Amino acid sequence: MEPRNAIRFYLNDNLVELSDVEPDRTLLDFLRIDRSLTGTKEGCAEGDCGACSVIVARKMDENLDIRTANACIIMPAMLDGTYVVTVEHLKGKDGGLHPVQQAMVDYHGSQCGFCTPGFVMSLYALWLAQPSPSVPAVEKALQGNLCRCTGYAPIIRAAQAVTDYGDVIDDALNTERAEILAKLAALGDGRRVVVRGARGETIIPADVDDLAAVLDERPEATVIAGATDVGLWVTKFMREIAPVVTIGHLMRDITVADGRIEIGAGVSYSRAFATMAEHIPPMGELIDRIGGEQVRNMGTIGGNIANGSPIGDTPPPLIALGASITLRKGSARRVVQLEDYFIDYGKQDRAKGEFVEAISVPVPGKNDIFAIHKVTKRRDEDITATLGAFCISLDGGTVTDARIAYGGMAATPKRARAVEAALIGQPWTMETVEAAMERFEEDYAPLSDWRASAQYRMLAAKNLLMRVYRESGGERARIVRHEEARGSAMPEGLQ
Amino acid sequence: MTALDARPAIRGGVHVSQKHDSAHKHVSGTAEYIDDMPEPAGALHAYLGLSTVAHGTIVSLDLDAVKAAPGVVGVLTARDIPASNDISQPGKHDEPVFADGIVEFHGQQIFAVIATSREAARRAAALAKVEYGPLPAMLDIGAAREAGGTVVTDPMKLERGDVAAGLAGARHRISGSMDMGGQEHFYLEGQIAMAIPGEDDEVTVHSSTQHPSEVQHMVGHVLGVPSNAVNIVVRRMGGGFGGKETQGNLFAVVAAVAAKRYGRAVKLRPDRDDDMVMTGKRHDFRVDYEVGFDDEGRIEAVDAVFAARCGFSADLSGPVTDRALFHADNAYYYPNVRLVSQPLKTNTVSNTAFRGFGGPQGMVGCERWIEDIAYALGKDPLDIRKANFYGETDRNVTPYHQTVEDNIIARLVNELEESSEYRQRREEIIAFNREPGVLKRGIALTPVKFGISFTLTAFNQAGALVHVYRDGSVHLNHGGTEMGQGLYVKVAQVLADSFQIDLDKVRITATTTGKVPNTSATAASSGSDLNGMAAADAAEQIKDRLVRFAMEKFDVPEDAVSFEPNCVLVGNQRHQWADFIDMAYLGRVQLSAAGFYKTPGIHWDRAAGKGKPFFYFAYGAACSQVLVDTLTGEYMVERTDILHDVGKSLNPAIDIGQIEGGFVQGMGWLTTEELWWDDKGRLRTHAPSTYKIPLASDAPKVFNVRLADWSVSKVPTIRRSKAVGEPPFMLAMSVLEALSMAVASVADYRIAPRMDAPATPERVLMTMERLKRAAAAV
Repeated sequence: MEPRNAIRFYLNDNLVELSDVEPDRTLLDFLRIDRSLTGTKEGCAEGDCGACSVIVARKMDENLDIRTANACIIMPAMLDGTYVVTVEHLKGKDGGLHPVQQAMVDYHGSQCGFCTPGFVMSLYALWLAQPSPSVPAVEKALQGNLCRCTGYAPIIRAAQAVTDYGDVIDDALNTERAEILAKLAALGDGRRVVVRGARGETIIPADVDDLAAVLDERPEATVIAGATDVGLWVTKFMREIAPVVTIGHLMRDITVADGRIEIGAGVSYSRAFATMAEHIPPMGELIDRIGGEQVRNMGTIGGNIANGSPIGDTPPPLIALGASITLRKGSARRVVQLEDYFIDYGKQDRAKGEFVEAISVPVPGKNDIFAIHKVTKRRDEDITATLGAFCISLDGGTVTDARIAYGGMAATPKRARAVEAALIGQPWTMETVEAAMERFEEDYAPLSDWRASAQYRMLAAKNLLMRVYRESGGERARIVRHEEARGSAMPEGLQ
Repeated sequence: MTALDARPAIRGGVHVSQKHDSAHKHVSGTAEYIDDMPEPAGALHAYLGLSTVAHGTIVSLDLDAVKAAPGVVGVLTARDIPASNDISQPGKHDEPVFADGIVEFHGQQIFAVIATSREAARRAAALAKVEYGPLPAMLDIGAAREAGGTVVTDPMKLERGDVAAGLAGARHRISGSMDMGGQEHFYLEGQIAMAIPGEDDEVTVHSSTQHPSEVQHMVGHVLGVPSNAVNIVVRRMGGGFGGKETQGNLFAVVAAVAAKRYGRAVKLRPDRDDDMVMTGKRHDFRVDYEVGFDDEGRIEAVDAVFAARCGFSADLSGPVTDRALFHADNAYYYPNVRLVSQPLKTNTVSNTAFRGFGGPQGMVGCERWIEDIAYALGKDPLDIRKANFYGETDRNVTPYHQTVEDNIIARLVNELEESSEYRQRREEIIAFNREPGVLKRGIALTPVKFGISFTLTAFNQAGALVHVYRDGSVHLNHGGTEMGQGLYVKVAQVLADSFQIDLDKVRITATTTGKVPNTSATAASSGSDLNGMAAADAAEQIKDRLVRFAMEKFDVPEDAVSFEPNCVLVGNQRHQWADFIDMAYLGRVQLSAAGFYKTPGIHWDRAAGKGKPFFYFAYGAACSQVLVDTLTGEYMVERTDILHDVGKSLNPAIDIGQIEGGFVQGMGWLTTEELWWDDKGRLRTHAPSTYKIPLASDAPKVFNVRLADWSVSKVPTIRRSKAVGEPPFMLAMSVLEALSMAVASVADYRIAPRMDAPATPERVLMTMERLKRAAAAV
C-alpha cells in the first residue's frame, strides 16, 4: 500500500489533516499558535506542571481509551487516529459550564487561573473514570498538575463535588461514544504514514513489521513512544530529531502466562498499572510514583528501558526480577537479560536500527520477598535520588537467593553483588542485614548532584535494605500517606 | 423608619464570600493572559541571549550567526539602547538592561534577538559566540564574607536597650548559626511582555507585572521618553508572589525598545528554564545569633546578624533585609536587642521580593533561638513562645521602637492550642516516639505577627478611578494588580457596598497607568487596604455629589437622602439606582471621581532605626504534626490546624484561599524546594523536574483552616479588615518546627536539632545522624 501523506486526528470533534508538519512541532504550539486555541497553557514545556493538559482518546478494541496528556511534549504524529479534546470543548448540558468547571468555580478552585484549564482537564478525566473519587484518587490524578496559589485544598474539594453537578452519562464523551468510535474506526486505514516538514520526516509505521522495515531503512531515526523524554530534547535543547518514527500506537499488549508478564514496548505505564499491581503489587506502587498521570499515560516501560537512563525507575526492579527483553532488527529477534542490556552510561546493547519489542517479567514466587523503594525529594512526580529493588528468596529463614538492583547509584541501573553475597546462605536476621549494609561501598560509588549528595544516597541505599528487613517482619517501616490504595484513576476503557 | 425599608440586601457586598471575578473564565480557558492575546499583524518575537559564566569580562561578542539565522530581523545589545542602559532601583546604577563589557552572574542577559517567530528567535539566540575573560566569582554568603563582605546597599541596625549588659546578666546564653535557602516563585505564567509601538514617542506595553508604574518609569527611562508617552496595561497575571514586582521590568523594556526600533509589536517570553535562571528569587540567609535568657526561658537579650545572598545588584535587597530585621522578633518581646543586616553582593542572580519579603527569614531565625532555649531548658517550645509573647499593656515595644497596640496573639494561640488539642497530642507523640520502630512524629505550634505597611512610607498611597454611567453601571479602576489573590473582586465588593448596588453592576477593568498614575507595587499585602480605601474615597465623592443634587432637586435636608440596596431614598420617595443616576446626569452631576488614600500615622527613620513603620499587625498561628521515616528522612504532614486573623474579612472565601495557599507555599520553601547552584555558579534546579514545589499529595493530610472571626482591626482599615497576602506564608514554620521535634526524638530531645532549611529528606536524615552521633558521644 502507498503511504498516506497526512496525519489525521480529531480535535474537538473536527477532523484535522496535517500533511506539512515539522517532526518536532509540539501539540501545544499547534493548538496555541496554529489554531488559536489558547485555553491550553504553557507552564514549563517539559511535562511537569500540567498547565497544557488535554485529553487524548484512542480506540482500543471497541472501547474508547480516554487519557490526559501534556500537549507541550507531544508531537502531532503521536495523535494519528486519536480524538483530542481541549478545554475549549467542555460544555455543560445547557451549554454553560461543564460540571467539572462549575465545581471548580463554586469551590474557589482557581486563583491566578493559569494552571486551571490543566486542572480542569485532569479532573475531567478523573470524573469520567471515577465520578465519586476518594481523596487518594484525586491526589493521584493531580500528581502531574502544579498549582502555586491555592494549596490544592479547594481543588480537592471541587474534585469530590463534581458528581453533584452532573452525571457522567450526560457527558459528550459518553453520549457521542458510538459516533466517536465510528469516526476513529474510519481513520484506521492500515497504511504507513509519512509526512515531511522543513526539518525532516515523520514516519508512522503501519504495524510492528512495518516498524522493523522502517528502522531498517532509517536506522538513524529517533524512535518516539510517549515522548516524555524526547519531548524535552525538542523543547529544552532544540535538538534536531528528524527523522522521527512513532511507535506509541504499536506493541500495546500486556499478557500474563506461565508465571511471566509479557509487556509490549508500547505499553504505557497507565496501561501496565492494573496488571502489574495485581501480579507484582510493589510494581503498581512504583508506577504510581512515576511522573504524573499525564506522563504515565504516554510514557512506556519500553522507552524507560530503551533510553538507558541511570535513573529510570523500572529497570532496577525488572533486573531484580530477572526480566529479559526482546530486541528486534528486521525480522531477526534476540532475547537479552535486561541486566546485560545496560553496558555503561549512555551505552546499551542495542544496535542501530534495533528496537525493543517486548519485556518479559517473571512474577516473583510466593515465598520471595519482593520490594521496591524509591527515595525522592518530593514524594510524587519526582526523579529518583536512589531506588532499590529487592528480590530475596528464603527457605526456612535462610536466604537462598538475593537479587538486588539500584538506580541512581551508578552510571547504569546496577546489581548490588557484594550485598547479595553477604546475604545468600545467611539467616535472614538483623545481624545479617547489618553486615550486608556494610558491603554497599563495594558495589556503588554514587555521585553528588542537585537531587542528593553521595553520602545521602549511600546511607539511604543501605537503610532501604533495613526497611525491607523490618517490613518482612510485619513492621511498618515507611511513610504511607493513605492506607487506602490510590487505585488506578483511569481503568481500562469506559463501559 | 417605615416598613418601606425592609429591602433585600445587595448581592456581593463586603464581609461575604464571593467567587473570584474571573473564576468562570479561568475554568473555561477564556481568561486572557498576555500570551493568549491576538498578536497585532506583523508582530515580532524577542529572545534573550544569556551569559554562560558567573563573572567575567566580555572579550568578544560575535552575533553574526545569530543575525544570519532564519527569520531574524535584528539583534539588540547595550549599544542599541536609545537612552539609558539601566533598569536599577533609584540611585543604584547597578543593573543594566544588557550586560556591557562585564557579566556578573550566570544567566545575565547580554543581547536580544528579534525574529518573526518565537521559535526562530530562540533558535537564533543559541548561536551567539561570546568569549569571556574569567573573573573570580563569589557565589554564596560564605564566599562573599571571605572576599570582604561587599554589600549591595546600606545595612540596617535595629537596637533597643543594652544588649551587652542583657547578655552578660542573663542566667543562660546560647549562640548559634542557621542557614536557610531561597525560593523560586514558580508563578505558573512565566515572565512576559508585549509592546505595541504608537505614534511619535508613544508605546503601550502589556506586561505581566505587579508594578505597572515602575515598568512605565523604566520603559520611559530606557527609551528616553517621558512617562506620559508610555502606557502599561495589566489585566491579570498568572501568579506573581513578588516575582513580578521588579523582575518584569527587563522583559517590558526589551520588548518596548524592539517595538520602537522596528515599528512593530514585539513579544518577549522566556522559556521556563531561562526564566528560572535569569530572574531573582527569595534571598537565602545565614543568621548568626546570641541569646540570653532566664530559667523560665524568658529572653533577656538578643544579638543577631542577618546575612543575605543578594546577588549582583541591589534590586529590593535593602527593604527585604530590613523586613527580615523587622520580623526577627516575630511575636516576642526582647528587653535588649541588636539586629543587624548584611546584604551581601554575590555573583548570582539578583534576589528580589517574594511573599513575606524577608519577614519569613527573620521569623525563622527567631524561632531557631526559641527552639534552642526550649531544648536547653528541656521545655515544650510552646511554653517558651508563650513566656515571651508581647504584652498587651507592657513589654510591648518592638526592636524598632514601635509599640504593639493591637496584640491578640495570646488569645489566638490559646484558642488554637485548645482546638488543635496540641498538649494532648504532644504527649501522645512523645509516647509514640518512645516505642521501637523507624517512624517518629513531631508536633509544633508557632505564632505569626506580621507588620502591615510598606516600610518606605511614601509607597503607602493609592488611587482609584470610578465612573458611573447613565445606565447605573459602574466602571472600577485602581492601581492594584490582579495576580490571583482576589484583589479585584474585593475592591469591587467595597464599591458595591459603598454605592449599595449589586456586585454585578460593577465592572472591573485592567490596571493601566493611563487611568491611575503613580501607583505603588501590588505588594506588601497592601492591595486591598490601599486600593479598597481609594475606591471607597472615589465612591464617597460621587455619593456626596449625588446627595447635594438630591437635596437641591427635592429640597430635602441631607439626612433625608440615603443609599439603600439598589436604590436611593430621598425623603420617603425611593428611586431605582439607574433612574436616579440618569436623573443626576440630566442634572449635570459629575459621575466620575478619582479616589485617593494614604495610610495615616506611619513614619520611619531608617538611619535611627526608630519610628512607626507599620499601621497595624496581622496575627496567626498554626499547629502541624508530621511523621518522619528515620531510615530515609522522608516525611509527611499528617495534620495542620490554622487560626488566622484577617480582621473583619472582606471576603472569607478569598481570605481562606490565601491562607491555605500561603501556608502550602511556605511549606514548600521550608521542605522540598531547594535551589542548587554548582561550583560554576550555574543554577541546576531550573525547572519543575528538578525544583520541587508542593503537590496536592504534599499538602497536610488533615487541613483545618479557620478565620479568627472575632477579630476586628483596631485601626480604621477598609471595613475593618486586615491584609492577608503574606502573613499566612509564615504559618508554615510549624512544619519545620514539627520536623525538628521528630528529628530531636532520636536523641531523646536532649540536643537542639538545629536543622537548616529547606528540610529536604536528605537534611532531615543527615540531621538525625548528627544527633545520634552527638548523643552517643555524650
